[in-house]
Amino acid sequence: MWAEILVIVIKVVVVSSVLLTLVPIMVWVERRGAAMIQDRLGPNRVGPFGLLQPIVDAVKLITKEDLTPSGVKGVDRLLYLLAPSIALVVAISVFIAVPFGFDPGLKLFGHAIDGFIVAPNLNLGILYIFAIASLGVYSVVLAGWASNNKYSLMGGIRASAQMVSYELAMTISVVGVLMVSGSFGLQDVVLHQSGTWFGFIPRWNVFPQIIGAITFIVAAFAETNRLPFDLVEAEAELVVGYHTEYSSMRFAAFFMSEYVNMVTASSLIVILFFGGWTLPGFATPAGWLGALVSIGIFAVKVAFFLWFFVWVRWTLPRFRFDQLMALGWKTMIPLAVLNFLLVGAGMALRNL
Amino acid sequence: MAGPLEPLFDVEEMELSFGPQHPATHGVLRVQLRLDGEKIMDAKPIIGYLHRGTEKLFERESFNQCIPHTDRLDYIAAPTNNEGFVLAAEKLLGITVPPRASYIRMILAELGRISSHVLWLATHAIDLGAITPFFYTFRERERILDLFEEYCGARLTLNAMRVGGLPYDLPDGWVERCSELIDSLPKYFDEYETLLTENRIWKKRTIGIGVISAEEAIDYGLTGPPLRGSGVRWDIRKVFPYDRYDEVEFEIPIGENGDTYDRYLVRMEEMRQSVRIIRQCLDRLPDGPVMAKVPKVLRAQEGIVYASVEAPKGELGYMFVTTAKSTQPYRCHIRPPSFINLQALPAMVEGHLVADLVAVIGTLDIVLGEIDR
Amino acid sequence: MTNYIPIVIFTLVAVSFPIITLLIAKVIRAGSPDPVKAEPYECGVAAETTAFDTRFSIRYYLIAVLFVVFDVETIFLFPWAVMFDRLALFGFIEMMVFLAILLAGYVYAWRRGALEWA
Repeated sequence: MWAEILVIVIKVVVVSSVLLTLVPIMVWVERRGAAMIQDRLGPNRVGPFGLLQPIVDAVKLITKEDLTPSGVKGVDRLLYLLAPSIALVVAISVFIAVPFGFDPGLKLFGHAIDGFIVAPNLNLGILYIFAIASLGVYSVVLAGWASNNKYSLMGGIRASAQMVSYELAMTISVVGVLMVSGSFGLQDVVLHQSGTWFGFIPRWNVFPQIIGAITFIVAAFAETNRLPFDLVEAEAELVVGYHTEYSSMRFAAFFMSEYVNMVTASSLIVILFFGGWTLPGFATPAGWLGALVSIGIFAVKVAFFLWFFVWVRWTLPRFRFDQLMALGWKTMIPLAVLNFLLVGAGMALRNL
Repeated sequence: MAGPLEPLFDVEEMELSFGPQHPATHGVLRVQLRLDGEKIMDAKPIIGYLHRGTEKLFERESFNQCIPHTDRLDYIAAPTNNEGFVLAAEKLLGITVPPRASYIRMILAELGRISSHVLWLATHAIDLGAITPFFYTFRERERILDLFEEYCGARLTLNAMRVGGLPYDLPDGWVERCSELIDSLPKYFDEYETLLTENRIWKKRTIGIGVISAEEAIDYGLTGPPLRGSGVRWDIRKVFPYDRYDEVEFEIPIGENGDTYDRYLVRMEEMRQSVRIIRQCLDRLPDGPVMAKVPKVLRAQEGIVYASVEAPKGELGYMFVTTAKSTQPYRCHIRPPSFINLQALPAMVEGHLVADLVAVIGTLDIVLGEIDR
Repeated sequence: MTNYIPIVIFTLVAVSFPIITLLIAKVIRAGSPDPVKAEPYECGVAAETTAFDTRFSIRYYLIAVLFVVFDVETIFLFPWAVMFDRLALFGFIEMMVFLAILLAGYVYAWRRGALEWA
């Protein structure tokens, strides 16, 4: 019993601390990556290669004055103060159902690790992730609503429309993956993708379900409010949208939640469409070595998609709101439906 | 476009003050908006936050002392501001400028045009969410400003011309360095175009936005790229050539549809044409003095004079009313292109979304130093 | 029930993290409150109307309603998708019928201009 709880606690501590450590790393990658793309130096003064810059930023944000606009009173004030915390809590707790490594049946303190996932026996898997992640829209809407600022309000209501629209496309694009793997559990989804077709094509879902993969990735960009879909913030139009009035650690909470969401989104892309920790033609060694290698493979794939987020942000212009909605409703949803129809038709024909 | 738009639903419209402290209004422009959701029902530009009384200042200072004030009109491209002023003063005083001075003025003015257009591209792109072109364009602008600095010691407010010519000749090696720069520029323009011209999101955000027909553009008195984007081939450098623009070859690019995308293409091509003009000027740069023989104290005859130049933003004109033997104009009026171009803003954004307002402000390429004077 | 223990622990961590950081920030951050500083403003000018008493476009509600409709339908797809291999062709055809009904609603919404913005 105690061993079991100890294992759980260790998992929780490791996963949450890694998740939160990734935030400053991603901030650094984003800033240095932007500098690289833009032909300039980027932060290079604090520590080697400016690596300590995010820490300095955090200290700065913590010591900043926290302002609440006057006129934000009563319930509005409660919502105003609550919104950043919601953003961060939701962003972190989504990661429970994300498996991040291969477990060849390892034991810790005499108790089975039960997979590199915080909640191994959660049979809802992907449903849990979508359910919790969709709560994230509350933080943006409440922040926008409670700020008593019209720009924030516009950011908030834009967010409500944008995030729900793309959530729909995101959910539908996953249906095809669930059909082939026959389980909600993401570990099963990954296991289903091991091996190869014809000996050289990895059995990753991205190859037969390229449409689904593209719609999922695009929707993931929209859900994390990253450029080209950052209309919720859109500094050129809405100043910075829903978090215009926030300062100090409350602003930092929004900021961190964005990066945590990026990590989760990248992990989901890798798990659902790019084979998770599997690598074709590579037999994972047994024991702890195998576990570490599989986590390493997963980390590399996630890192690529995190870089992809950064890469796209510094390359593309921003959509306009009506174009965004049109893309979501008129292009993404039909494409996502088409994806699972094709998968379904293919599977039905094979089973005939 | 004209006429009031009927709201689809019975809603209370949102009054929104867009600016003066806004990241996308290019200075202290304030646009009072009436919004139905995201749709602009009415836009009213409110100006004057940067008023410094430049025209009034001119009445108190001698002609050459006025030139630093002109730098502060369109502070992004100072050479054309100086050029317009000295041309008007020379016309008033009947001074002929030596050819070398004219050519150097043209080089400076065209460098100023390029530096203004790259800054326009930078801010326009960043307004539409493309952040990276900003840094690329600043890289080139930096090199142009270095050339300015080498010539006159200043980078932004150049004060680089005098009535009757130029204060200094070019420093040694300047021509070679300028030549090297302009040879490399077209390659960089290609870089910007790679990022934007065929980008589908860029096209979606600019095609059909802020459309203004040729007739409307003329009625509003638009000049510069906003006018040429609508297909009117009008450029002061061609129609009323000043300096030695009649001796160099260049094209006037025009657009077809009068939308934001066409104006973007027009400006991109103008930069290439500027490079062409500078190349010709550098090749033909005559020897000789850079200053005409002018008296120490400039005294004007009684009269009214107007002279204009093709500034990067449009027609920049200076009008002087002088009394006999006066050392300063009795009254000076400046025709700033941004001020007149801004008039078209309400018509161009009505019925569009808030995001398009940003695009239209960007495409008009206004600078508040010139609008508020 | 033990399946949910990790979730409880993790959520506790997730909840405590913002609370702790906000508390730390509260202790060490600078603070010189001033009523003028907290005054809401719009781009540098005092707002004539506050955000609390402005209304916004009904189109946002329309999107929200459409989302509720289609999202509930999408949830029905999930159990079907997971069981797809066992339901075989029958399940596929059945879902086609369901989708056809859904599609009718979608096409109706599209044709009525509910998905148009400007």
